[in-house]
Amino acid sequence: MTMPLDIARIRADFPILSQTIRGKPLVFLDSAASAQKPRAVIDAMRTTMETQYANIHRGLHWMSERTTDAYEASRDSVAGLMNAGDRDEIVFVRNSTEAINLVAHSYGRGIMKPGQAVLISDMEHHSNIIPWQLLRDAHGIELRVAPITDAGELDMDAFEALLADGKVGLVAITHMSNVLGSVTPAERIVRLAHARGAKVLFDGSQAIVHRRVDVQALGCDFYAWTGHKLYGPTGIGVLWARRELLESMPPFLGGGEMISSVTYEKSTWARVPHKFEAGTPAIIEGIGLKAAIDYVLAIGYDAMAAHEASLTDHALARLSAVEGVHILGRAQDRGGVVAFSLDKAHAHDIATLLDRQGIAVRAGHHCAEPLMRRFNLDSTARASFGIYTTHDEIDFLADSLLRVREFFA
Amino acid sequence: MSTTGFDDLRDLYQETILDHGRSPRHGYKLESFDATAKGDNPMCGDRVQVWVKFTPEGMIADTGFEARGCAISVASADLMAETIKGRGKADTRALFAAFRDLVRTGSCPACDAALADSLERLAPLSGVHEYPSRVKCATLPWHALIAALDGGKEATSE
Repeated sequence: MTMPLDIARIRADFPILSQTIRGKPLVFLDSAASAQKPRAVIDAMRTTMETQYANIHRGLHWMSERTTDAYEASRDSVAGLMNAGDRDEIVFVRNSTEAINLVAHSYGRGIMKPGQAVLISDMEHHSNIIPWQLLRDAHGIELRVAPITDAGELDMDAFEALLADGKVGLVAITHMSNVLGSVTPAERIVRLAHARGAKVLFDGSQAIVHRRVDVQALGCDFYAWTGHKLYGPTGIGVLWARRELLESMPPFLGGGEMISSVTYEKSTWARVPHKFEAGTPAIIEGIGLKAAIDYVLAIGYDAMAAHEASLTDHALARLSAVEGVHILGRAQDRGGVVAFSLDKAHAHDIATLLDRQGIAVRAGHHCAEPLMRRFNLDSTARASFGIYTTHDEIDFLADSLLRVREFFA
Repeated sequence: MSTTGFDDLRDLYQETILDHGRSPRHGYKLESFDATAKGDNPMCGDRVQVWVKFTPEGMIADTGFEARGCAISVASADLMAETIKGRGKADTRALFAAFRDLVRTGSCPACDAALADSLERLAPLSGVHEYPSRVKCATLPWHALIAALDGGKEATSE
């Protein structure tokens, strides 16, 4: 039995939640875009800058050694969080977008052969579409798109059929949709893809916030995510990849930190993961990410997932009861993201009116234009939840939507 | 009208805006037209297409539009279509410049007195200036219009 979260205590950990918006309490329902930061993360970053900051990996002085230790401890935390078999499989990048671009460039251009295909799905964020389009155009790779059902779940029969000819070298697919909330059947995707000789990359930007990700249990080959959605800082993200893949792949960006030796004739590369970490990294952000992971693990994924499932059920029930509200996506397995439209009110108008109540929601195409087109929509409003979200806030959203409807009636 | 609790939004959503946003008078494609252009706001997904018919003298005889967007952008397109009727191209560009000042700052003190009547009709949109992220909703149809007048095909809001 999972202990329910002490939401009041958690909320007290997030200084921003005591802010008011035009005199009204902040109701922050936009965590899927970027989550708020607990004091532990803020303090870790400030303490670093105030007490032990220097450039890392090359300084021969006390400050640099201490900072290097703190930064590398973050790599250990990430490896533990994802159950990576080897800490050297953790590559620090800026965000999920950079992680996916790294794979598209180094694995796509370096290892894949023209004529092979990359298989994505119809519910990808632009960050898991555009890098593959660029690869297609530069390297003669075919881009295939697996359809989704009206409920917003991956069409597994079609997915399997698209793998059948054995041309797919890489499946790059979301682990949880940022619009529909749908969680994809990761183990089954990996099993089907591997059976046809394809590697698998998961865009875990949303999923890692909502459930424990064990890359060894999933059996995938690449896993990308970003720190700022997991209550950590912006500017720090993670690419996990199997060691043998990282070793076989050419570098992505060239520069300092990623070399072993440099001459004008020929340079050699640092061992993984440093081969993929050119330039001074996001040191303070990396240290902040460790604080975020420690914070999340202290609360526990089971408790977070239970809270989130309860919020999501509540939101689906309350919003469905508002006449004129249409919820996009009815996946069985889903996380705490609810996109919706309202008859007679455009998403931007909804967002502006809700903002006047202190409620922050996202409105637009959510960086998933093809998905919007799939459902014949231009935009939706989206409420997304974090560990600090309360049932009362969802009630307030539902009550406010009733009044939005009245306003535009 | 006071029951929704959004009274302080009446500066943005004046009755004129809600009315034109809900039931635009010019929200149709012209059967016969001389110029057309699309406007696209890639950040938010708003789209509009504007069709213009000129008189033999080169004045705007009629304007129609199709918009997929918020109440502000639809109302703005409709009020634009009403206001530009009978104007020449240069005159329309001048009105757009004044309108842009209006929605960015809430007023246009330096604007030409000759535009005063037209700006008065567009004034319900002036509340947009307090919502910086919504200004481009109001200007998108105008960008499409100016692109059409310039013989272009597409415009994006700034």
